[in-house]
Amino acid sequence: MMDGIKKHLIPLSLLLLGLVVAAVLPATGLVNDYLQFVLISVAINAILCVSLNLVNGWMGEFSVGHAGFMALGAYASAILTVKLFPTAPAELLFPAAVLIGGCTAGLAGIPVGILSFKTRGDYLAIITLAFLMIVKSGLENIPYTGGPRGLLGIPRLTTLAWAYFWCVVAFWVIRNLVYSKYGRGIAAIREDEIAAEAMGVNTRTAKLVAFVTSSFFAGVAGALFAHQLQFINPSSFDILKSTEILVMVYLGGVASLGGSLLGAGAVTILTQCLQPLGTWRMVVLPAILVVLMLYRPSGIMGYRDWAWLKPFFPLTPRSNEKKETETGEGLQ
Amino acid sequence: MTALLETRRLTRQFGGLRAIGDLSLLVNRGEILGVIGPNGAGKTTLFNLLTGIYPPSSGEILFEGLPIAGLRPSEIARRGVARTFQNIRLFRQLTVLENVRIAYDSRLSCSPLGALLLTPHAGFSERESVEASMELLDLFELGSLAENRAGDLSYGAQRRLEIVRALALDPKLLLLDEPAAGMNPSEAMQLTDFLRWVHGKFSLTIVLIEHHMQMVMALSDRIEVLDFGVRIAGGKPDEVKGNPRVIEAYLGTEGELP
Repeated sequence: MMDGIKKHLIPLSLLLLGLVVAAVLPATGLVNDYLQFVLISVAINAILCVSLNLVNGWMGEFSVGHAGFMALGAYASAILTVKLFPTAPAELLFPAAVLIGGCTAGLAGIPVGILSFKTRGDYLAIITLAFLMIVKSGLENIPYTGGPRGLLGIPRLTTLAWAYFWCVVAFWVIRNLVYSKYGRGIAAIREDEIAAEAMGVNTRTAKLVAFVTSSFFAGVAGALFAHQLQFINPSSFDILKSTEILVMVYLGGVASLGGSLLGAGAVTILTQCLQPLGTWRMVVLPAILVVLMLYRPSGIMGYRDWAWLKPFFPLTPRSNEKKETETGEGLQ
Repeated sequence: MTALLETRRLTRQFGGLRAIGDLSLLVNRGEILGVIGPNGAGKTTLFNLLTGIYPPSSGEILFEGLPIAGLRPSEIARRGVARTFQNIRLFRQLTVLENVRIAYDSRLSCSPLGALLLTPHAGFSERESVEASMELLDLFELGSLAENRAGDLSYGAQRRLEIVRALALDPKLLLLDEPAAGMNPSEAMQLTDFLRWVHGKFSLTIVLIEHHMQMVMALSDRIEVLDFGVRIAGGKPDEVKGNPRVIEAYLGTEGELP
């Protein structure tokens, strides 16, 4: 038991240290606004990447609707902070707005999940595309949120600390999921749906859990995104945004937590570093992608993960006892 | 009541094709029932109906006296009907241990929210599932391969793993679809001994589809013979062996060949 607590203490204190650093760093003046912007973008993109990876990597489907879930989270949270409670204290309002953004997107994940019961592969990809189009044209036609012009004057509430916090939450929750009974069920659907059902996996529950969790975190990322840029319009969430997340997933590695982090970091930082190249940066990233698909089709970290990202379960007393008696016999 | 499974006038139609027609079968508790018949006789369709992969067009399936036709395959599996597939259907990309755990997981009671937030109960179920699955793998001498990808195993080991995976469901009824497919006679004899041991060890009822006659005759308590989805004969292995209708179904009638 003590052993288990100790094992948990080290990662926990490291994560807390990270949070303190993220909270203090902007105040020290060591990082300028630009660098802060890039770091926050990395965190937001990592949330998007790991959540899309749940559906596209672990479950092996192909969703192109992630930007749609992101849009719902962004708009729901911005309505709260701009329209409904513009005067509420930000410390209370912002966490609630992000959470509600996530829940709105998570609710929208339910019908898409239900549609995935009977359709898969290319057909499901088309359904997610349709979902994205519905969300985008829906938002364009709602005057309350500014129609195609979008929502302006969103307060800048996404700090480095908040982005870091939500990023850790997303990775922690999705890690728990993929290393649980439901996560194994999701992977079994990818491998062989009929065999999964025959082995007692309720594929409907597994698909719903995957879609709702995935869209919830897309919504969270959308809320953070809205309060980072201070301006959102429907065309910020078009198919190109989805594609950008897809690139991160397939570059970093499918069905991998480490890969999601790597993919989001690499793509975000590369696009920034390649700015001086002008139009040529549009050539470099796709070229990298082509080379990667040729030599490593499942991405840099596909289907693998670093050990420190996996959960640790101390052994139960039963097996400890067994070990002890075994070694005891060995000594005699 | 000794019947574990019963089908009543079970029928499955694919368009104009009647894959299974008016089939009434009885599987007694504890027996090994062989199901034989020429290719296309409807044997695998029967398994797909029993495990809920297809719903029947008409007729009833009773498992432990309760109707199971129309239930989801996962629900039927949870009630104690496990199977293997004719063409091995392992989760190839996943490890040997994960393959077994997926089947074992259906016994765990943790909720989706508990899994997401890693409640103590969810953590405990994880440990339980690893330990029980490892125990099962060790019993079948696959423990040392636990971290290998299932798709990387040898053909024989994959066949064995598929049976272990089915046993992880803690089934009452095990449906084996051509377990000896692709094996030579000596491997098939080994498999015969292995299945006999499994049958006793887990106190199972087994329904076995097999083309390997020696194996079916050696293992089965009773044999049912299907042809064109209809039961054409049934009984003790020796009775079936001499039945002219069975010989006809397999070899054709006299005079057909020049």
